[in-house]
Formats: sequence, C-alpha cells, structure tokens
Amino acid sequence: MSRMETIAPPRPQVSASARVESGSVKVRARAVSVFYGEKQALFDVSLDMPEKSVSALIGPSGCGKSTFLRSINRMNDTIPGCRVTGEIAIDGDNINDKSVDPVLLRAQVGMVFQKPNPFPKSIFDNVAYGVRLHGLAESKRDLDQIVETSLIKAGLWDEVKDRLSASGMSLSGGQQQRLVIARAIAINPEIILMDEPCSALDPIATAKIEELIDELKTNFCIIIVTHSMAQAARVSQQTAFFHLGKLIEFGPTEQVFTNPRDTRTQDYITGRFG
Amino acid sequence: MKTLAPHTKARHFRRQAIDMFMSGLCIAAAGIGLIMLALILWMLFSKGAAGLSLDVFTKPMSSTGTGGGLANAIVGSLIQVGIGSMIGAPLGMMVGVYLSEVGKNSRFASIVRFVNDILLSAPSVLIGLFVYQVAVAPFGSFSGIAGALALALLAMPVVARTTEDILRLVPQAYRDGAIALGSRENEVVRKVILPAAFGGILTGILLAVARIAGETAPLIFTSLGNTNWSTDLTKPMASLPIAIYRYAGSPSADLIQLAWTGALLITVGVLMLNVVSRISLAAMRRG
Repeated sequence: MSRMETIAPPRPQVSASARVESGSVKVRARAVSVFYGEKQALFDVSLDMPEKSVSALIGPSGCGKSTFLRSINRMNDTIPGCRVTGEIAIDGDNINDKSVDPVLLRAQVGMVFQKPNPFPKSIFDNVAYGVRLHGLAESKRDLDQIVETSLIKAGLWDEVKDRLSASGMSLSGGQQQRLVIARAIAINPEIILMDEPCSALDPIATAKIEELIDELKTNFCIIIVTHSMAQAARVSQQTAFFHLGKLIEFGPTEQVFTNPRDTRTQDYITGRFG
Repeated sequence: MKTLAPHTKARHFRRQAIDMFMSGLCIAAAGIGLIMLALILWMLFSKGAAGLSLDVFTKPMSSTGTGGGLANAIVGSLIQVGIGSMIGAPLGMMVGVYLSEVGKNSRFASIVRFVNDILLSAPSVLIGLFVYQVAVAPFGSFSGIAGALALALLAMPVVARTTEDILRLVPQAYRDGAIALGSRENEVVRKVILPAAFGGILTGILLAVARIAGETAPLIFTSLGNTNWSTDLTKPMASLPIAIYRYAGSPSADLIQLAWTGALLITVGVLMLNVVSRISLAAMRRG
C-alpha cells in the first residue's frame, strides 16, 4: 500500500453526498435512482467525481455499483424496462436531457468491461473501429498515427506492433483488456468507465492494467467498479461504498479505508461481510 | 489404489456397460446415416456418370422423345436458383436480423417468428400454388420469373431462421462493446455483428440454395418447364428438377439416363458451391 502515502493531502471530511472543490467536478450525480421494471436497484445516489483522477466504486455483489456506472454512459438505456431518475451531469450538462444523443455521449464516455471484448477483427481494426465510426481521422496516415498512439498509451504497442493485422482474439486476456482500453481511448473520451476490468485477469496482467490506470488518470476521469478492495486502495483517489443500492460513504480513498465513518463501510473493508 | 467394496464394484461395471452401450448406439446411428448417404451417392454417381457427355452441356432437351441434352435445363436452373437466392437470401437475412437484433421478444417479432416457422415447414407444392395464383394466373403464362419467385419464397424462411439462430450466438459483449464506443443500432449490426456471424450466415444461405436447387413441385406450377432453349424470364423455363421429373418416368432409356445425369449435376453443383464458399471463407479469415 505504498501508494497510499503518496495520496494528495487529506481533503476535508465529506458526507455521503459529497462535493469536491467546484471547478474540478467532471461527473456530478444528484439523487440518481435506477429501476429495472418495478424493482429499484439504486436509491438516491449523489456524488461528485473529479476530473483527472480515479474514483473507485466498491461494495458487495448486487449493491448497485455497476448499475450506477452504466448510467453514466446511458448503457442502461439498452436494457428493456430500465429507468433512470435524478440528474447526472458531465461538465454541468445533464446527460439525460432530451437534447442529448446517447450515441454522442458514449463517444465522450468510454467503457471497459469485465470480460475483455475485442471484436473478431484485427488488432488494428479494433483500435480503428471508433475512429472510423466517428470520422476522427483525416487520412490513412492519420488513422495509423491514432492507432499507434492509442496502443502506446495502452502499453500494448511493443507487444503487437509487428502483428497489427492479427486477430484481436489471438491476444492473451490481459493483452485483450489493454487492446479494448486502446480502442476506448482512441476516440479521445474524457471519461473512462471500467467495470471490474481485472476480475478475469491473472495477477501479472492485473498489475499492468493498474499501472495503466495510474498513467491514464493524468488525462482522463476514470471511474472503476472493483471487487478488490486492495485494488481500490491502490488505484483510486476517491472511493464510494455502495450497499443494497444505496451510497453509504464517499470520500478520499485514504480516509474511507483508514477511517471509515460508517460501520457498514468498516465491516465491509475489514471483511466482515460481502 | 484401494479396492472397491463388492457392491460398488458391481455398480461400477454396470455403469461402464451402460456407458459403452450408449456410445455404441450413437455410433451405430451415425453409421446408418452415413451408409445411407454413401449408398445414395454411389447410386447417383454410378448411374449418372454413364450419361455424361459434351451433348449434355451443349444440346437442349429433346422434343422428339430421344437424344438431346440438358443445356437449357442447366441454364434454366442456374437462372431461377440464382434469382431466387438473390431475392430470398437478402430478405431472409433482414428478417433474421430483425428477429435477433431489433424485434427480439416483442409481440410482433414473436408473430413474425411463428409465421416464418410455418413458412419453413410449408409443403413446397403449396408455395408453388400460391405463386401460381399471384404471378402466373394473372399474366396468363407460366414464366421463369414466377419459378424464381417460388424458389425465393422457399429460401427466405430458411435463411431467416439460420440467420437469427447464428446472430443469437454472437456474444452480447460484442454488442455492448460496440454500443459503448458510440455505435448506432445499424452500425452495431453492420460493422460488428454481421461480420462476426458471416460464416454461419453463409452456411444458412448455402443450405437454402441447396434446398431450392432440388425443388420440383413449386416449379411445376410456375415455370412449368420447357424443352426448347429459352432464357426469357416471362416465358416457361426449363430446369433440372423438372427435366428429371419428366424424364425419369419416360419409356425411353436414354431419357431415363439423362434424368440420372441431371440428378448427378444438381448434387455436384451444390457440393461445388459448398466447397468453393468454404475455401473462400477460410481464405478471407486468413486475410
């Protein structure tokens, strides 16, 4: 936990509906509730996630953390019967406003899933997919450049530069996960959502992804759902603890892990349930 | 290893015997199927190959009762099966995409799926009669295009069904990945789902082509058959299945021989189509 010591100076104590210093807020959630049909999966969640840092969402299975994550890029829209209330704003703009096209929203909010999901296309075409889709490259040269830069940023370039035309599926699990991260950052999003990105990976691949997350936070607002409390402690600056669909506690990671204010948080992080 | 108690041992042997018996049954069933197929192919080749000559491919069918070839039937079949597939396969693919990606479990999709299954199992003679009513009777003439339409109607439900089945096998993770990158619904389907399922969809199309290439009943009421050389889509058109049907029952030995040869040509044609598309698919995969 050496990285814990390098965390920025302790922030003032924050309540569950925490606010960080205004100006740096990237994603603001206010009274967000999510329903699957009649069943309510998320209750009145309010929190502010700052830009250029990593926010971790932790909690036992079924606590609503993934549901909350998926409402930030409106992936919940694709689930029949799913309804989101409350307000989620990116840079102050409500993403659930009628004028917002979810397709354009998702171009700004990248997502990495639990199981690596490269398309059954070449490594190059995987990274180029979104770039071509949104017309972000002006020429073939430009496209090549974007693909290379994205793979470099994702720490995969050296491993694949000689076989860009090989199938993305031919890579190992950890490489595949870095490939889909490259695919996500190639379209230059501002926010990257990660839904348990390491739960299907071995410890070495996990360490590489965590290193990558640490580098990416200099440019992106990263929101990561994780089952591993050690991972949350290693990679995040803020941690939100969810339980039974409610946000129990949100604050600087160091404080949440060393001095939780809610007994449920304490019970969870000390392994008493979950 | 410790020795097993007597009753455990007896049980063990019984389980082993049942296991072997079941495996034997499966192998026997597979063997019977394979032997039947081999016998059919053997008969087809031994009887059909004897009649193979240049005349078969160059001369049209005889109108006098002896001699002649199958050239007009071959070309007629190619035209009708070709047009039928070009209409039926894309329509079927679109139905399959609708059922799997758009309609899913909606009420309308369930109805479409049900109707498609009925169409899939409808006797082909019924399809022929239907097309007769809508595309032959009103124009007062049997025609090649009516034959092609009947074949298209037969191909469509096969392609629709296999396309839906194959698309449902494509992992949801591909769809989620594509949506999360900001793809629209049609882009998810066109750029990710269809390419991923291409091999399977192609298999479905080939199945459909193979099925309609051998259909006789729907053509009797639509393109009728023609002993003369004709590629006019508005006129009656010859085809291999109808040539086989007419010749197989004829008293003339060389016409019966031509019927066998025609059956062999259909089989080899379908086989070649399968082989060629498999090879090109494999080549595409390798890039």
